Amino acid sequence: MAFDYEKYIRPGKLPHIWCPGCGHGIVMKGLIRAMDSLNLVKEETAIVSGIGCASRLPGYIDCCTLHTAHGRAAAFATGVKLAKPEMNVILVGGDGDGTAIGGNHFIHACRRNINMTYIIMNNYIYGMTGGQFSPATPTGHKASTTPYGNPDPNFDIAKLAIGAGASFVARGTAFHANQIDKLIAEAIQHKGFSVVEILDDCPTTYGRRNKYKSVIEMMNRLKEVAVPVKAAEKMTAEQLEGKILTGVLHKVERPEYCEEYAKVIERAGGAK
Amino acid sequence: MSKKVAFLQGNEAAAYGALYAGCTFFAGYPITPSTEVSEVLSAELPKIGGKFIQMEDEIGAMAALLGGALAGKKALTSTSGPGLSLKQELIGYGCIAEIPCVVYNVMRGGPSTGMPTGPSQSDVMCAKWGTHGDHATIALMPASVQETYEMIVRAFNLAEKYRMPVHVLPDEIVAHMRERVVFPEPGELEVINRTAPSVPPAEYKPYDTKFGDVPPLAAFGSGYKFHVTGLNKLPDGFPTTKAEYVQAEEERQIRKVTANIDEIVEFEEFMLDDAEICVVAYGSTSRSARYAVNAAREQGIKVGMFRIKTFWPFPDKQIKALAGKVKGFIVPEMNLGMCSLEVERCAQGKAQILGINRVDGEPINPEQIIEKIKEVK
Repeated sequence: MAFDYEKYIRPGKLPHIWCPGCGHGIVMKGLIRAMDSLNLVKEETAIVSGIGCASRLPGYIDCCTLHTAHGRAAAFATGVKLAKPEMNVILVGGDGDGTAIGGNHFIHACRRNINMTYIIMNNYIYGMTGGQFSPATPTGHKASTTPYGNPDPNFDIAKLAIGAGASFVARGTAFHANQIDKLIAEAIQHKGFSVVEILDDCPTTYGRRNKYKSVIEMMNRLKEVAVPVKAAEKMTAEQLEGKILTGVLHKVERPEYCEEYAKVIERAGGAK
Repeated sequence: MSKKVAFLQGNEAAAYGALYAGCTFFAGYPITPSTEVSEVLSAELPKIGGKFIQMEDEIGAMAALLGGALAGKKALTSTSGPGLSLKQELIGYGCIAEIPCVVYNVMRGGPSTGMPTGPSQSDVMCAKWGTHGDHATIALMPASVQETYEMIVRAFNLAEKYRMPVHVLPDEIVAHMRERVVFPEPGELEVINRTAPSVPPAEYKPYDTKFGDVPPLAAFGSGYKFHVTGLNKLPDGFPTTKAEYVQAEEERQIRKVTANIDEIVEFEEFMLDDAEICVVAYGSTSRSARYAVNAAREQGIKVGMFRIKTFWPFPDKQIKALAGKVKGFIVPEMNLGMCSLEVERCAQGKAQILGINRVDGEPINPEQIIEKIKEVK
């Protein structure tokens, strides 16, 4: 029997706003399968986003959904989670929203290790505003504001998350659709701040400026560059040149923020 | 039984007032001269199972505040000038998404870093107009430590009642001076909590105007699931660009305040009955003004004071009425004429307006006001 996405889709809110060929819908389906596999209760789950194409996702999910301001998802979500630690809190958004204007909130959510899951759809571009370069746009690539090629070095978002202290970091791609739900489910189950970067595609504002002739070509690129972490162990540095590791990249146990704050309450004598 | 009495700083009184009001969530960022609020609440909130978080920046503090408030908590942040500037976008978010919360901003010199330890009253326009777009604003102006305590309680009441961010704007003098505070007993001051939905979750809409201009607000995690956005929205919380909805929504959000001005606007009239001159003052400046009025009365000058307690919405009606009675207004303030402009707007040319304006980090003293009173023709 085919999977029933309706269970978590908010009635009457489709079709979504995403362009044909955009990978965000693939990620949303992965998220829904992950939520279903964990039987997340809709009323006890908050989906929080910032601004951008990817940040429109919460509106389509039938939960407590919070579409905040540009870059601020992690900070709003921190407030929700600290106020109600029993809720499942999932953040979604794009690369520009999360790592440029929201970069400070992102690294500090990683540092606090607050028990939330952040799904970053990295399509290398600001899509909603028409294709300006983001901190994830590879050096030399073209965007509407880098007509001569991007002079900026780009972030490795997963490494940024690991460096800032996220205790679970995974990477998938929109091509490897069947892996997305498993990575997200493992991230949600992990206690602490978990980051799942999904390499995505934006044919409308990124692909056409960077000589991708079709969505299929963009998807094929994701297929070609992705190397599962296990497979990479057996490969030489030469073989790994230009490749991107996928799967669970980092997983450690570290004190979780809300649990630590519960201890503060206990020390202050405020525990019930 | 006698009431509990303490010798407190304005900022400390603000923290205790918040606890009286039922505040269980604080998100902030260190900034002079408001940090004592954070310090007190970091100690006091965990004692009652409440939550305190110091965020990575002022913007994050405002965001966490709104998140905590949406999760059902009565939430406070404290800041000062530069922090208020940084918080503005999300204050706007609180306005459009209609999320109750209290922003306690201690006014120091500005613009920019200005004078972090110097008193000022130059954030009154920033509180009103700092965030972009049309919106209603409520801002309260305490003039004593006791009043700071009581105004925080009132700010929470107004925020919860009208589902919006509410400002409390002490100047640095009020925030840092120490005075005797008599703690009100539980039940002595009114404490208002937001209206919870009366409909079952399946029928709930977060902006359902059939319940009036202030629709009930459910909490995340309370069995209700709904959407919140900073976009112009429909009654169900989802974005719209339909002209008739956007216009009606914006007008309703402003009407929450304009239709209740008489209830929201509080003020004090001091020796105004026979006054020919009116000093319009607020915050610590009103304390110098009171002294000046008493001194001028002793010299036979018919002068009184209109003390602004609610700066926004501005007491238009009262100032308009006074403009028909007095010859002139004296407006002393620690800025270069922000309240003067409002008084001028209300007076409509019917009375002379003389400002006393200091931005040098020094308070306005009674002698300056007395001198100015004598200049009224």
